[in-house]
Amino acid sequence: MAEESILSVLMQGVFVQNLILIQFLGLCPFIGVTKDTKSSAGMSLAVIFVVTMASVATYLIYTFLLDPMGLQFLRIISFIVVIASLVQLVEFVLRKMSPAIYRSLGIYLPLITTNCAVLGSVLLNIRAGYDFAQSVTFGLAAGIGFTIVLLIMAGLRERSSFVHVHSSVKGVPHAFFFATLLSMAFVNYFEVIPLGG
Amino acid sequence: MDFINVIIQSVAVLGGLGFAIGIMLIAASRIFHVETDPLVEEVLEALPGANCGACGYAGCSTFAEAVVSEDAPIDGCPVGGFELAQQIGGILGKEVSQGEKQYPVVRCKGGVNCVNRFDYVGVQDCNAVMMLSEGEKGCSYGCMGRGTCVRACPFGAITIGEDRLPHINKNLCTSCGLCIESCPNDILVFGKESEKVHVRCRSHDKPKAVKAVCTTGCIGCKICEKNCPEDAIKVNNFLAEIDQEKCTACGICVEKCPQGTIEMKETGEKTKKSTKQSADSSETAEADAG
Repeated sequence: MAEESILSVLMQGVFVQNLILIQFLGLCPFIGVTKDTKSSAGMSLAVIFVVTMASVATYLIYTFLLDPMGLQFLRIISFIVVIASLVQLVEFVLRKMSPAIYRSLGIYLPLITTNCAVLGSVLLNIRAGYDFAQSVTFGLAAGIGFTIVLLIMAGLRERSSFVHVHSSVKGVPHAFFFATLLSMAFVNYFEVIPLGG
Repeated sequence: MDFINVIIQSVAVLGGLGFAIGIMLIAASRIFHVETDPLVEEVLEALPGANCGACGYAGCSTFAEAVVSEDAPIDGCPVGGFELAQQIGGILGKEVSQGEKQYPVVRCKGGVNCVNRFDYVGVQDCNAVMMLSEGEKGCSYGCMGRGTCVRACPFGAITIGEDRLPHINKNLCTSCGLCIESCPNDILVFGKESEKVHVRCRSHDKPKAVKAVCTTGCIGCKICEKNCPEDAIKVNNFLAEIDQEKCTACGICVEKCPQGTIEMKETGEKTKKSTKQSADSSETAEADAG
């Protein structure tokens, strides 16, 4: 796996191992913030940002601290700590340096501190044995894949609010139908993009 | 001995990591400290802090900023209500006037007074009843009394009385309007606190048709229109409508109405007490007031 080209890693992250529809991570924002495109775009931006940053930080922690000491089993707990504090740090910096970005990310930045999508994608990095460049690419790609799915879902749900459905199906149950169909579409990327080819 | 080593190493690594990150965050919060308006923080303290977004802003902090910069109204937080608005007004040194409260008005007095066309057995929900050839009631405008509004109300302010009609407990009502949205037959509308007299019917059917199914429906006889000293009532398409701007709540129309369709608010409260549940709640409300 480690000899994969950057492009291959990118495609892996965006489609083949899509965070939401293939790995089923980050389902909370997938249903929670996709009521309108604006909030899902904000959430997506924050996820791209944090996942990429977290890939860098966790790669460094794992390769230079945990792996040499033989403490690989500490990766989950230490990654949680690292991600949480990284998000906090980024929030401080953004607030000072770029209030505009800070405002546009808004409440989503602190929210994804505890999001499994972020932790999941950095753990996948470790499991795949990626090097530094590949890790960062995979993190970025995972964020982009997350964004694509969130925006498609938000678009579908915005349109579907005009459809007349029975009140018992309205809202979230209706969204689950879309999620099913969307997920089937993404599963088929396994066929289109040859794995490890 | 080996596993003890591992334990010591784990504790050291995680402890060290935590310590280093802690120091880093403290340093960062010092270095990147942003001077914020103390007013914003004070307002933020006063807010409920649920980040529910009901105000239309992304969270309590953005709402607080908007209030201080006067983009958002002081009473913009529906969770905190008027008390919170006063509190924020105190912080910002502004007067807050309370807007007149609005309550849902039940525009039907049919209920048990209105005949059923058939016996409905099925899902006990107004929407479901409505799907069956526009409901079981003889009157297509009438309240079906299946309590869709009761379930829509998050505050438990609505009960269905023995007369099969919704009753609104004003002490619990927060004027959120969810019941009005939920009603499939548009029975509920907002009426202001000061608007005392209401026509409790919305049927535009011809008098004969109304009389055939309902003992309390408006038959468009125009007695109210003729007797109103303020010229506030107009019968339009077999239904009396009150111009609330002109109405002085003299009560003449209430007395004269042969069907008892027009009601003064006090009368409405009396009927409310006839049901057990709402009688309890209005008693507690009186105790609160006293």
